[in-house]
Amino acid sequence: MADRTALLVGTRKGLFVLDGDTDRREWQLRGPLCDGWPIHDTAFDPASGVLFASGGSPWYGPAVWRSDDLGATWSHSSEGLTYGDDGPKIEATWNVTRAGDVLYAGVQPAGLFRSEDGGATWQHVEGLTNHPTRSEWQPGAGGLCLHSIVPHADDPNRLWVGISAVGAFETQDGGKTWETRNKGVRADFYPDKYPEFGQCVHKLVAAADGGEHLYQQNHCGVYRSSDGGRQWEEITAGLPSQFGFPMVAHPRDPKTVWTIPLNGDDRGRYMPDASTAVWRTHDGGDTWLRSGDGLPEQDAYVGVLREAMAVDRQDPVGVFFGTSTGQLFGSIDEGVTWSLVADNLPAIWSVEAVVVP
Amino acid sequence: MADVRLPRSLVDLFPGAPRRLHVSGSTVAEVIDSLDRAVPGARNRLMDAGPSLRTHINVFVAGERATLTTAVPDTAVVHIIPAVSGG
Repeated sequence: MADRTALLVGTRKGLFVLDGDTDRREWQLRGPLCDGWPIHDTAFDPASGVLFASGGSPWYGPAVWRSDDLGATWSHSSEGLTYGDDGPKIEATWNVTRAGDVLYAGVQPAGLFRSEDGGATWQHVEGLTNHPTRSEWQPGAGGLCLHSIVPHADDPNRLWVGISAVGAFETQDGGKTWETRNKGVRADFYPDKYPEFGQCVHKLVAAADGGEHLYQQNHCGVYRSSDGGRQWEEITAGLPSQFGFPMVAHPRDPKTVWTIPLNGDDRGRYMPDASTAVWRTHDGGDTWLRSGDGLPEQDAYVGVLREAMAVDRQDPVGVFFGTSTGQLFGSIDEGVTWSLVADNLPAIWSVEAVVVP
Repeated sequence: MADVRLPRSLVDLFPGAPRRLHVSGSTVAEVIDSLDRAVPGARNRLMDAGPSLRTHINVFVAGERATLTTAVPDTAVVHIIPAVSGG
């Protein structure tokens, strides 16, 4: 049977699944799932077919949901997802990411948890919380959230995380110790524009080569690194704005990434000139290409949040993004042309594109 | 045994769980511990670090608003009700 793409769409009012046909042209909507809980992120294990969804209910707290049957039935757990009775209360899980047999969850207030039993129980990665800078971490507008988890492709002891508005960190010893990875990244909102930490990373992604190449969309620009984040180089030139939230990397080409610039942090945070567009680079950020073909080109006062863009692993790659006003758009030619996949959904917080049999 | 009434939105999280059940406990905290044995995972949905009741979870014992330390007389009716919240 030919592979098909399924879209996992986390919204403010539950998870939705769009089952695509083998051409990725027709989509069937299921949902709302996860009992209508706000869902910040999803993850998929292609080996087992298990889905995970992270979120937090305003009544019942944070949890990571799990489905073993592609979303038909779900269970949930937050066992161990706590800083202890004397610690701060965890409001939501912002990110769930699979790294081999380990599952990671990023939470608000910022911290990292890991599960070795498929999300049934969680253990606090205390090394990050114990970082000497922790007492000085300040939240961004969305809260003090750990939203990006980037496992190294080959080394299970290496992991990068992104925290708003603290910046990027890397561990090389499985989470025991962490180092800041923000050199070269601007923080326009501080007197010292290049502090060791305090940068407002919005999304951190790894290039497809599985090595040291990283990209990030930041509150203050777009950046690349060729040494695992030890030094960053700004690649904002050519984009209409330095501000945006999502960024995704091509699954095979390390020099191709997509981003969606918004008009600015103090100007409404919607599409520049109210014209929807996705921007991509094929040369690692030296140059950028705009595509609005098939997207609303006027009066589009919409935003796209940090987790709300995704790529599948098909050839050509499918690119998908959801808006804060409930539209879901897709491209099956790697971001050149676009079409509407779904409309009238709740505010979209996350999109994941998974390839299933 | 306390006569515990659960909200639909909580029961929906645990397929097969009843809306009403009788559990032991002399305080609200103990009742929730007993509830968690009958409905594994329920404690984490109702209680937060501290320990404390989650911000938008209200518990009433014999019609009176309660905290985790409130005494629960034998046969008392305990209502667990989500607060008005959301948007």
